[in-house]
Amino acid sequence: MTISDLLKETYSSLIVNKVRSGLTTLGIVIGIGSVIAMISIGQGAQGSIESRIQSIGSNLILVMPGAQRGPGAQVSTGRGSAQTLTQADADAVVQGVTMVKAVAPEISRRYQVTAKGKNTNTQVVGTVAAYPSVRNVEVDSGSFITDENVRSLARVAVLGPTARDDLFGQDAFVIGQIIRINKVDFKVVGVTKIKGGSGFGSQDDMIFVPLSTAQRFLAGDTYVTAISIAAEDPNSMAQVQAQVMNLLLDRHHISNPQLADFSVLNQADIVAAASSVTSIFTILLSAIAGISLLVGGIGIMNMMLTTVTERTREIGLRKAVGAKKRDISIQFLAESVMLTFVGGLVGFLFGWMIAWGVTQFAGIATKVSLFSVVLAFGVSAAIGVIFGYYPARRAASLNPIEALRYE
Amino acid sequence: MIECEKITKVYRTGDVEIEVLKGLSFRIEKGEFVAVMGPSGSGKSTLMHILGALDGPTSGVYRLDGHDVSKLSDDELADVRMNKIGFVFQSFNLLSRSTVLRNVMLPLMYAGVPEDKRRTQAEKALRSASLGEDRWHHLSNQLSGGQMQRVAIARALVNNPSIILADEPTGNLDSKTGEVVLGTFQELNNKHHHTIVLITHEPYVAEHAERIIHIQDGMILEDNKNHHRRMVHNHNEL
Repeated sequence: MTISDLLKETYSSLIVNKVRSGLTTLGIVIGIGSVIAMISIGQGAQGSIESRIQSIGSNLILVMPGAQRGPGAQVSTGRGSAQTLTQADADAVVQGVTMVKAVAPEISRRYQVTAKGKNTNTQVVGTVAAYPSVRNVEVDSGSFITDENVRSLARVAVLGPTARDDLFGQDAFVIGQIIRINKVDFKVVGVTKIKGGSGFGSQDDMIFVPLSTAQRFLAGDTYVTAISIAAEDPNSMAQVQAQVMNLLLDRHHISNPQLADFSVLNQADIVAAASSVTSIFTILLSAIAGISLLVGGIGIMNMMLTTVTERTREIGLRKAVGAKKRDISIQFLAESVMLTFVGGLVGFLFGWMIAWGVTQFAGIATKVSLFSVVLAFGVSAAIGVIFGYYPARRAASLNPIEALRYE
Repeated sequence: MIECEKITKVYRTGDVEIEVLKGLSFRIEKGEFVAVMGPSGSGKSTLMHILGALDGPTSGVYRLDGHDVSKLSDDELADVRMNKIGFVFQSFNLLSRSTVLRNVMLPLMYAGVPEDKRRTQAEKALRSASLGEDRWHHLSNQLSGGQMQRVAIARALVNNPSIILADEPTGNLDSKTGEVVLGTFQELNNKHHHTIVLITHEPYVAEHAERIIHIQDGMILEDNKNHHRRMVHNHNEL
């Protein structure tokens, strides 16, 4: 019996009971379809979270002040609240750490901002010219803060698109306009491009001013609230992180890293943490969908057992004309595998359509990966073999004499 | 050529043993047309199963073309059936939603004959069984009883077997059609020298053979040449 004989026999047996074969396949279609849809929604969510994290900068290392805790004090005021990082720390990183592409210290705080009678409460970030290259900010019109602005304590501001819309109205031309932050006038010199909302606060609702200006006129001291460091490439991130840690421990005269008054966050760690959350979510959804796949598989087994009983005489005849046990069991196995394979194919298209629909109508990013395609076909073929095995064995072990007599 | 020596068959159900065949010995030469006749319960069906290599005897030796086939495994028996035996059943046992040609080619598929050869062999068998060429592409459930039995005969012939075993081949047919089918067997025997073993309980049907073996209670009652043989002159239309 050749492969083409096997396929022809299988096809002609299945086509005899079109409705029954179709309904049985439907169980697999729904099972595979929902697994594909769930995986693609989960992976899409993971992808979009990762890309949002990437959008805050590439190869980014963040240094944040630690919790303020005096010697022997029990009360912690929370991470990032202490004023332990200074402009000098940032300068030291620039000079003392290798494999760094750019360093951008910043001081950020929320202020009430007014312009022409309108006002809003937004994040004001005092920073330096390197900031756009570290944090992936692009300028839409005008220019960003320059080194010259920082040196000269210029009272200039660059608006995020959301801040611009809130203060001047949608897409207004604002370069040269005056805004007032904490009773100090700033001249608008540029607007940044839209980055889209993110899970960590909108990056569009911001106003950038020179670091020195912010320290002098807004904060009144020389502390910074964060130092963003871009490493040269992803491979050097761990080394840069270690160097920054050692340098700052040294500068702050702390010998035990556990007691550091600052923390160094690696972007890769943030991505990994977010990914682990979304992958648990994906596994959970797929497991639920997998149950329907299991039910579909049991449906296949049920149908195959019915078929074996109905075709007892046919099996007897095939044995009488020379079919061996193996021929019979392969034929029945092929029938169940063909059902599940077709179910897997249709289910894949069905799942893809669901994923597409979710993207179109619910606006959630989805991603149908090669992995999920391979999984769908692998699992459906495996279900065919697993649930077809018992009926096939039963068919093969029928006694030809009794099978021929069966009424 | 069939040689049976002291064939017995014992069925065991729980503690009860039933001896269905009690030591049968006979020979059937190549080219013979033999009827095995007996009432139901005489053991003729069991004998057919053994002759057809569907089952082995409990004791005794069954030689087919000189080879002992009484102690073979299931798969070895399947090989014997595939190469040496053609079955014709009372209830035809055709694959109902397949064409006539596909039904006839079925044994060749299991025998591993290449596809192009299968068709020519099947066509030859269908001609020998006298089924009109216009029916070859019909589905088997669109045929009359007599035509179905001719398809079954063609299927039995297609692998050129040593013996054709026909188990009550006229049982589901009206007497006129049955007569025509018996005529087909006679023609196969006369023209093509096929060895035919016909199993029946009807004396009238048995009289179409050249030799009749009477079986009763698992033993041979009589084994004689049939002196009043009925011959059918077919006009090959059903």
